[in-house]
Amino acid sequence: MSIVLLLEQTLNGLQFGVMLFLMAAGLTLIFGVMGLINLAHGSLYMIGAFAAAGTAAATGSFMLALAASLAAAALAGVIVEVLIIRRLYDRDHLDQVLATFALILIFSEGTRWVFGSFPLFLDRPAWLAGTVALPFGIEYPLYRLAIIIVGLAVAAGLFLMISKTRIGIQIRAGENDREMIGALGVNISRLYTLVFALGAALAGFSGALIGALQSVQVGMGEPVLILAFVVIVIGGIGSIKGAFVGAILVGMTDKLGGFLLPKMFGLIMEPAAATSVGSALASMSIYILMAGVLLFRPRGLFGGAGA
Amino acid sequence: MKRETVLNLALLALLLGYPLWAWSVDEPFLITLTTRAVIFAIAGVGLNFALGFGGLVSFGHAAFFGIGGYAMGVLAFHAQSYSPMMEWPFLIEGTKSMPVIWLVAIVVSGIVALGLGALSLRTTGVYFIMITLAFAQMFYFFAISWPAYGGEDGLSIYVRNSFPGLNTMDPIQFFAICYVILLLVLLFVWAAARSRFGLMLNAARQNEDRVQAVGQGPYRLYLVAFTVSGAITGLAGALFADLNRFVSPTMFSWQTSGEIMVFVILGGVGRVFGPVAGAMLFILLEHVLGGVSDYWHIYLGAILLGVVLFARGGLYGLIAGREVAHD
Repeated sequence: MSIVLLLEQTLNGLQFGVMLFLMAAGLTLIFGVMGLINLAHGSLYMIGAFAAAGTAAATGSFMLALAASLAAAALAGVIVEVLIIRRLYDRDHLDQVLATFALILIFSEGTRWVFGSFPLFLDRPAWLAGTVALPFGIEYPLYRLAIIIVGLAVAAGLFLMISKTRIGIQIRAGENDREMIGALGVNISRLYTLVFALGAALAGFSGALIGALQSVQVGMGEPVLILAFVVIVIGGIGSIKGAFVGAILVGMTDKLGGFLLPKMFGLIMEPAAATSVGSALASMSIYILMAGVLLFRPRGLFGGAGA
Repeated sequence: MKRETVLNLALLALLLGYPLWAWSVDEPFLITLTTRAVIFAIAGVGLNFALGFGGLVSFGHAAFFGIGGYAMGVLAFHAQSYSPMMEWPFLIEGTKSMPVIWLVAIVVSGIVALGLGALSLRTTGVYFIMITLAFAQMFYFFAISWPAYGGEDGLSIYVRNSFPGLNTMDPIQFFAICYVILLLVLLFVWAAARSRFGLMLNAARQNEDRVQAVGQGPYRLYLVAFTVSGAITGLAGALFADLNRFVSPTMFSWQTSGEIMVFVILGGVGRVFGPVAGAMLFILLEHVLGGVSDYWHIYLGAILLGVVLFARGGLYGLIAGREVAHD
């Protein structure tokens, strides 16, 4: 086992982690402020990816495609919030789960209707193609490195926004006491729409960035959504810091588990059996991580307040 | 008679009468379609035991549905390939006998539900929803990456498993088996809901503190409810696999969890017969709307959205009134 491969997988884990963070941050904000569990968050991720692929095909510009993904997902978020989600804030979680599950069905089938069942492809821009030489002789794809940097920058921006700006203060106040900030004269329904649009934009943005690594297709959002749930459960619902730590943990566990476990079993088993046992176990590793956190911290690593 | 009782009997009569009519006019497809509804109803009745009576919003019942399916798949696979499942420390062989398969499906999915429940019930509310969803996804990925039983492609079983004295390949006879099981499950759930346990569970859902105050920890009540719920859904999974003579990781997918939940909601949460109505409605919608458009899930989504926003209590809430509160 070479150290270079290990470092490469660590970077892959970091890249996966920051993308999960973009998804999880929106989910945890929406839950923290509005008390809503949003299953349709994966659909917004998909909408971002499709908007980017469509724009890139029409204009050939990757930056325009990214802008389109942000705009389309935020717009879809606003429309859905105003038409449907708004009615769900006072409902119990069962109703929220069902209504947003219904939204997934509508969004997924609607997208299949418009774009067809075949996957679309979003090309990486030429100026991000190729690899970059890092210390220790690692040749790492430039695009993945860019994703890590952009993801970390967005995370830093989000932290600053939450901790320093007026809107961030309102969001934190909203997490503590929804009725009180309404009573203090903050336009609560506009704040809700804004938070939902922000979460949607983050999801759409990560959908577009990942869309250039994988294919863009219907149903791409839900596996990521479920991983984002795992992230939030590990980090603690409502905590942006928890979402970040949880996302990096899950990203690392997934990539390093898939890489190391087959090798570890290779030490004690014959190669074929080691690969199958190792990869089967690796596919379960993040859920085992989640179960472990639950045993010791049922409210997640950074979760204090009630669910 | 109460309107709910009338509706219950009407549903059972319809569910029995329709395939009998299809049998008399020789339409085996319609019999199979109704069998699907019956099996989905069993899965829904299982989920309803946790969701409706215990208030446990599990979005992971596909795990138990899939385990039931794979219990059938694995046992029948070893029987049809004449390879033992395990030779050491003692010999375990596959089987094609339905009652044995059902028993294994119930026991294994019950044990898994006990384990997952013990972990998941440490949390409540949204955490519980996300965690059950995540654990079901874990089984999904495990089924895909474990190559011994078909991996992503699933397992085909060539001949339906056997039941003493019946020809299970005959659609109407297989339907009869499933229908009788549905009746037994309904009877069990009906009795359980009226038992001391069922009353305590109902009380715990409505007010945990008061149940605690009379000396009964809600955790154990919920865990029993979740385990029984998983076992029933596992049985449905075994029947579903036998109906299709095929199991695949799709049975574990989150869409399956969502659909089982839809059966419960369309019918009416917390009603013993709610999932029966819901599953029948679902199959009807799938059949009718599926004939109209390939994109019938859009209409299903719209209907579901309408039910959640405007018709809480589902079909039973609309027809039989709202005397059973569900939240």
